[in-house]
Amino acid sequence: MLAWTIYISFLGAFAMTLLPKRGAAGPRIVALLSAIAGCGIAVTAFIQHRTGEMLTITDTKWIPSLGISYHLAADGISLVLVLLTGIVAVAGVLFSWNIDYRPREFFAFYLLLVGAVYGVFLSNDLFLLFVFYEIAIIPKYFLIAIWGSTRREYGAMKLVLYSFAGSAMVLIGLIAAYVVSGGHSLSLTALAAYQFLPHFQMWAFPLVFVGFAVLAGMWPLHTWAPTGHVAAPTAASMLLAGVVMKLGAYGCLRVAMTLFPLGLSPWSHHVLGFASWREVFALVAVIGIVYGAVVALVQKDFKFVIGYSSVSHMGFILLGLMTLNQLGLSGAVLQMFSHGIIAGLLFAVVGRMIYARTHTRELSALGPMQLNKALPFAAITFVIAGIASMGLPGFSGFVAELMILIGTWQAFPVFALFVGFGIIAGVAYVWRAMQKAFFSTDAAAPANRTHEPLAPISLPERLGAVLLIASSVIVGIFPQILLNVITPALNGPLFGGLRNGRWP
Amino acid sequence: MTPFPWLSLLTLLPVVGAITVLLLGSRAARGIAVGFGIVSLGLTLTLWHSFNSVSGDLQFVEVHSWIPSLGVQYHLGIDGLSLLMLALSAIVALIGMAASGSIAKRVPLYYALVLLLETCLFGTFTAVNFIHWFLFWELALVPAFFLIALWGGPRAKPAAMQFLVYTMVGSVAMLLTFLALYLSTHTFEFAELAHLTQTGQLMPAVYPVLGGHWIAAPHFAALLFAGAFLGFAVKVPVYPFHTWLPAAYSEAPSGTTAILTGAMSKMGLFGFARILLPIFGPQMQRFATPLLWLGVATIVFSAFAALAQKDLKRIFAYSSINHLGYCLLAIFAVAKFSGSTALAGEQFAAMDGVFLQMFNHGLTAATLFWFIAMLEQRSGGLRGLDDFGGLRKSMPVFAGLMGISIFSSLGLPGLNGFPGEFLLFKGTFPLAAWNSALSLLGLLATALFLLRILQRVFSGPLNPQWAAMPDLTLRERALLVPSIALMFVLGLYPQLILGIVNSTAIHLVQGLHP
Repeated sequence: MLAWTIYISFLGAFAMTLLPKRGAAGPRIVALLSAIAGCGIAVTAFIQHRTGEMLTITDTKWIPSLGISYHLAADGISLVLVLLTGIVAVAGVLFSWNIDYRPREFFAFYLLLVGAVYGVFLSNDLFLLFVFYEIAIIPKYFLIAIWGSTRREYGAMKLVLYSFAGSAMVLIGLIAAYVVSGGHSLSLTALAAYQFLPHFQMWAFPLVFVGFAVLAGMWPLHTWAPTGHVAAPTAASMLLAGVVMKLGAYGCLRVAMTLFPLGLSPWSHHVLGFASWREVFALVAVIGIVYGAVVALVQKDFKFVIGYSSVSHMGFILLGLMTLNQLGLSGAVLQMFSHGIIAGLLFAVVGRMIYARTHTRELSALGPMQLNKALPFAAITFVIAGIASMGLPGFSGFVAELMILIGTWQAFPVFALFVGFGIIAGVAYVWRAMQKAFFSTDAAAPANRTHEPLAPISLPERLGAVLLIASSVIVGIFPQILLNVITPALNGPLFGGLRNGRWP
Repeated sequence: MTPFPWLSLLTLLPVVGAITVLLLGSRAARGIAVGFGIVSLGLTLTLWHSFNSVSGDLQFVEVHSWIPSLGVQYHLGIDGLSLLMLALSAIVALIGMAASGSIAKRVPLYYALVLLLETCLFGTFTAVNFIHWFLFWELALVPAFFLIALWGGPRAKPAAMQFLVYTMVGSVAMLLTFLALYLSTHTFEFAELAHLTQTGQLMPAVYPVLGGHWIAAPHFAALLFAGAFLGFAVKVPVYPFHTWLPAAYSEAPSGTTAILTGAMSKMGLFGFARILLPIFGPQMQRFATPLLWLGVATIVFSAFAALAQKDLKRIFAYSSINHLGYCLLAIFAVAKFSGSTALAGEQFAAMDGVFLQMFNHGLTAATLFWFIAMLEQRSGGLRGLDDFGGLRKSMPVFAGLMGISIFSSLGLPGLNGFPGEFLLFKGTFPLAAWNSALSLLGLLATALFLLRILQRVFSGPLNPQWAAMPDLTLRERALLVPSIALMFVLGLYPQLILGIVNSTAIHLVQGLHP
């Protein structure tokens, strides 16, 4: 049944072409229904699938001569991310209710992107996974280039180039793995069971890992992320930061780390003080956490603050992966979910609730508008989202970052101290942006007094905000809901290679 | 059958109140909030009544599994100190609401945040699992931040920001420490961690897991201790981590300041006594000398800083640091002898004194800020030391009652401040004679600046500007009576509190012996 999340999204995209050209109501409703259907299926599957182990959904021969099959499967990790995609997709449609420039194409691209993302999370065949991964790039480009703002062609092109470069690295690694393993199968489970030579893993691992990590916003390859997020229309930046960046992190965990676990083991010698790829990537992740937070602290554009915050939060995921212990890995998956929800909410507030009304995102220009009085709902939503983003207890981010921190203490005690600094900077940039944008005491300049009153927050926006906040709070208070399926998945045979490493 | 979850009910009640206030809108907001505050106080008094004061163990315990994969439990329970703090929070929250009469904008939100803060206070004083406790400890920052930033004075926003960042730095440091402890002991339960310390297993267990080649064992223990210490030290605050406090206290609306100083600062002291001392006793003992001097510095410097202030709120802000400094001094003095049975009687006395002082300072400081709120309301916001003069003539009742509170703060025998400070010094002197002796300088300065307030504000020639300043209304007098009466009652009969906390003090000090 889970496969229908993909089909319904693609069908919805196709249905857009059948709708009459005029009017925005039709496309909106079709998009909303498709998104809700996908989300509903995800929720149902999540509830039914209690164990978190890998279950095959469908497995048909596709190109038998190359060992490629149409193989969809889901374990606890896929389920969590499919659930995230469902929730963010629904919220994204709700926050795009105001799109009236070529709405049919907008929602068609939107649903195409959603469907491709579902596809990546559900693929168990690496070729299939790669196909979905590439499909996702195309709608991203058009969504940004046509409906975007601030330097949209530049942002879109940069994003696409980075994505393709990353994909190319992934592709080289996968083909090499396919050839080395004898060219029988591209099934993830089969390849993960194959014992690649340590020497081969040692170069294939960083290649594939970095290829995916580009999309996860890994420092120093993160630069597409802030510009892309800023240029994208609201729903697209919600999907980009909320879900598409998770594709990268998911790929790192699901593909790079399961196929080439020995790539993480220590080298025989030290290079610049590093003893393994694991240490290199952990350091890079920590730099990303601190760098993203510090750069967010000095941004003038509201959306750039959120864009850089994503780099920082994605750093937590990569760091969690590199801890290679149960807590760190589960924390990383939980953080994928948590950041997806919270980043979606933050971009919704900034892009839709604020920018669509004020037509500016300069923090200094927003201050005099007294937004906490003009748009109290937006202010409250941002406060809640901000609190969730800085990882205060009671929200999903706290548990996730907590688990990653514990894992880090265990694996890299010294790094834990730097991460602590990143968390504090995270608090600072959220409160700075909040004060400047919403609670500024600057008296309204005369020019702004004549400004027309801002339109009140509409019902779809309220619903979307409530949906995302509720998700974060529920997971924050009962993280066990997700952990119950994540933990068994990490104990499954797919991650056997990682577990056998006996990492410190 | 499981016993009725009284503590959960108490913790949730103000949240329900906050939601009610927000939903029902502005007209009845204050009334509803006060109503919920009174019910909460009633509940704590019920707990007080059915509390078994002979036992030093946790009572009204509730345990539920919460996040099993992280060892997090929903675990509540109170001993005498927690109970005392619950009662104090409930009283101070009511004082804070009473002192917020001049809040004019966004009234429902204001009271909702006050109630939310009350919930967080109840939560921190009842939780006995680190994560559960940390949840409330951190969440308390949110209402406190907004109460300062949105209703505060002209420079409230930087003050609120400074408050937030300082506290967050402390909290993150503390979080890192407790995560390190969790990693090697697999427990977040305060009692289990304390037990490991008591049997000398904690640090030997932690070091091999996390230490290793990058740091030596004693340094590592010191690092962990420093993390936890910083978290509490910022909150109390301990010199030199206090610089956020005068700005925050003076910029916040006076009703909020009453709660910040009356109850929230106790979160830090509570942590020192109930969490840091049992878990990091050996480290505190190791660093007892510098810690004691930090205590002395906190006492003396803040008292002299208060002497230099012109703004009444800033004077009382420094005065708060000073009064809590005595508690720190006593806790550090007890820590100096942790693990030895020598001078046990003095240790009990010092701990009893700390607990008394915590309650008394809360009551007195909150009441003093209430007086300032009323003064500001009458003077149109003026609150400088030299803005008034001779108010005793135009408002004799006000002068008399505030005088009582000031004398209570000063520690005059017969009022509540005295027994606490007396017991505290009685216990601390034999434990740390030099430090206690030097602290008396602070006591002297306190007397000076408090008497100077009486002199400049209430005595002297009447400032003609305030000749017509109205005295306390009947309603205000009626509201003030319980606080003032309590000051006398506790001054004359401290046994009321000592009876509840004594077993806790003994239990706590004896827990430090291996």
